[in-house]
Amino acid sequence: MLSEIAFWILSAIAMVGGLITIFSRNPVYSVLSLIVTFFAIAGHYFLLNAQLLAMVHIMVYAGAIMVLFLYVIMMLNLNRLDDHKKTFSAKLTAVIAGGVLMLVLIAVVQRTDELAGMQAVPSTNAMGLTKNLGKVLYNEFLVPFEMASVLFIAAMVGAVYLSKKEEAVVKK
Amino acid sequence: MELIKGITINHYLVFSAILFGMGALGILYRRNAIIMFMCLELMLNAVNVALVAFSKLWGQADAQVFVFFIMVVAAAEVAVGLAILMMLYRNLKTTDTDMLNNLKF
Repeated sequence: MLSEIAFWILSAIAMVGGLITIFSRNPVYSVLSLIVTFFAIAGHYFLLNAQLLAMVHIMVYAGAIMVLFLYVIMMLNLNRLDDHKKTFSAKLTAVIAGGVLMLVLIAVVQRTDELAGMQAVPSTNAMGLTKNLGKVLYNEFLVPFEMASVLFIAAMVGAVYLSKKEEAVVKK
Repeated sequence: MELIKGITINHYLVFSAILFGMGALGILYRRNAIIMFMCLELMLNAVNVALVAFSKLWGQADAQVFVFFIMVVAAAEVAVGLAILMMLYRNLKTTDTDMLNNLKF
C-alpha cells in the first residue's frame, strides 16, 4: 500500500519535472527540474530494490552530468533564450508527433498479451546490492566493462581536444 | 506479474513510455541544442526505468548491468557533446539548431 502510493507520487513528480524541462523558457530552470526528475527516477529504483543503481544514478546524473550542463549554460550566459521565433505550426507539429509516439508506445504496452500472463520471478531483496551486482559485472561483463573505460578515455581526449582554443584546433 | 504490491510491470512500462514520449516531444519542440541534449537524457532514463522493471520481473541482475553501461555512454556522450556545443558557440555565437545549417544541401 505504502509503496503503491510512493509509485504514484514519484511518477507524478517525474512527469511534472519533465514537462517543466521541456516548456521552461529559462534553461537553468530546465536543468533544475530535470534534476528533480532524476531524483524521482532514483526513488523508483529504490522501490524496485535496485539500491546501488539508485545511488549511482543520483551521483552520476544529479552530481555530474547536470552540473556539467549548468556550467555550460552559465559559461555561455544562456539564461534567457530567444526561442519565441518558432512558428505555431512547427510547435503544433512537434506536439502532435510527440503525442502520437507516446500513444503508440502506451498502446503497444497495453495490448501485449504475453506481458499479461507473465509471472514475476520471486527475487531476493539482495539482487540490486553492490555485492551481487559486482559479481555479475566482474564475471560475465568484464570485457564490456573494460571497453567502457576505453570509451571514457576516448571521450575525455575528445572533449579536451574540442574545447581547446579555436586556432589550435583549426591549424592543420 | 506484480512487481511491488498493486503495481504491475505494465505500470512501469507505461511510465517509461510517457517519459520517452516527453523526451521525443522536447527534441522536436525545442530548438536550443542544450535543451535537446537534456531531453535526450530524459529518453535514456526512460529506457533505464523499463530495464530495471524487467530486471525485477525476471529476478536477474543482468539488466541492471546494462543500465550501468547506458549511464557510461550517456556520460561520455554529454562530455563530448557539450564540448562540441562550446566550440559551436565560440565560432557561431549561437546554439540554435535552426542557425546551424552550414551542412545543409
